[in-house]
Amino acid sequence: MSENQPPVSRGFLGRARDRSVAERLPPGQYLVHDFPVLSAGPTPHIPTERWDFRVLGVTGDTLGRWTWDQFRALPDETVTVDIHCVTKWSKLDMVWRGVSLDVLFDGIKLDAAYALVFSEGDYTTNVPVADLTGGKAWIATGYDGHDLEPEHGGPARMLVPHLYFWKSAKWVRGLQFLEHDEPGFWERLGYNNYGDPWREQRYSGD
Amino acid sequence: MAGTAVLRRLNWRLGTIREVVVETDRAATLHLDVDDWPGHLPGMHVDVRLTAEDGYQAERSYSIASAPDDRLLALTVERFDDGEVSPWMTEVAQAGDSFELRGPVGGYFVWDDADRAPVLLVGGGSGVVPLMSMARHRTRRSIPTRMRLLYSARSQDDILYRAELDKMAAAGDGFEVVYTFTRAPPPSWTGYHRRVDGQMLADVSFGERMNSPAFVCGPTPFVEAVAQSLVLLGHAPGRVKTERFGPTGGSS
Repeated sequence: MSENQPPVSRGFLGRARDRSVAERLPPGQYLVHDFPVLSAGPTPHIPTERWDFRVLGVTGDTLGRWTWDQFRALPDETVTVDIHCVTKWSKLDMVWRGVSLDVLFDGIKLDAAYALVFSEGDYTTNVPVADLTGGKAWIATGYDGHDLEPEHGGPARMLVPHLYFWKSAKWVRGLQFLEHDEPGFWERLGYNNYGDPWREQRYSGD
Repeated sequence: MAGTAVLRRLNWRLGTIREVVVETDRAATLHLDVDDWPGHLPGMHVDVRLTAEDGYQAERSYSIASAPDDRLLALTVERFDDGEVSPWMTEVAQAGDSFELRGPVGGYFVWDDADRAPVLLVGGGSGVVPLMSMARHRTRRSIPTRMRLLYSARSQDDILYRAELDKMAAAGDGFEVVYTFTRAPPPSWTGYHRRVDGQMLADVSFGERMNSPAFVCGPTPFVEAVAQSLVLLGHAPGRVKTERFGPTGGSS
């Protein structure tokens, strides 16, 4: 079908067009004011005593490991970002507290191009290393002034706001550098390998 | 395996409404003829895109209610009063109208019919829609796998597919449905009259819990509570699959 002349849905009016909001919404997204929860299975409840975060090299060797207390002692920052979920909701000006990946990668030689982020359970997601560095990604432990709740990924989740939100893995436990890209959980199930909301890369082939 | 059906480029296709069935005073099912529909697995959803006269577009996702073998694609939509798309789908749309669809999407919340372990379905409100696709698929294909649906609704008038569910259960071929009403139960109702809880799930879940797949769909607090209870009862967390519905859970 022609992308240039979409068929009009008889009688569909849509919401009032708010230009100031529209400019911040990627194609196909709509604005929400609450914070929807989306996950594929039961919410894990992870005691911080047994939580750690690991950075693994391409051979699986441990390049960095932080316990909860060590992690919380790292310098963190507050970031205000817009979040876009592949299920089409967007939420503006979300205020997070987290540790920049640049802090975690300090002293680690970054010679791999890809990373596979892994979470409690079986969840993984792949992100190019270039999208994790340079102030573009955080490990978030706080949202809206309080500790991150388990249903939203607590005690800690990835925050990669320039990609669709499934790349911001909940219940994150670490990442492994990869020489060759490898699809994660949703990426193997037909979702886009990269997931840029502004190019509407929702699914494989977009 | 589940998911292979979506690993190709998903183009926007034109869907034409052949029939609108009013399910409740808040929900309607649109039966659609979709150009070159590639087929789906039970549990998947589609993206819908409506276009206004001035070119403005709105997209939403809706679960598929029909079985893969059904000739028409069925979407059951619950109206959210302040929603943007669902009022059109439930109140304006009529036979002959068309809009764009893309899919199917979502290869995880899918019942694999080669898996012969008994299946527990737990639906809250319109969360029953993707579960209905699974139940219908089982019936259409005469799959002997046992399947039990626990369906939580506010009242009798809010139940989707009541006649069809009761008929499938009456066939006595391994499909069962158990209702619970959270507000007003029907007169002389002797079944459950409360929110789904651990005791109720213990009653309805199969003995072979660790091995039994469970599909849970409904509003977020419902899904959170049910999924957690199932894990406490002994269901393997990896066998409990969840999907959320709600005004902003992907379905407005």
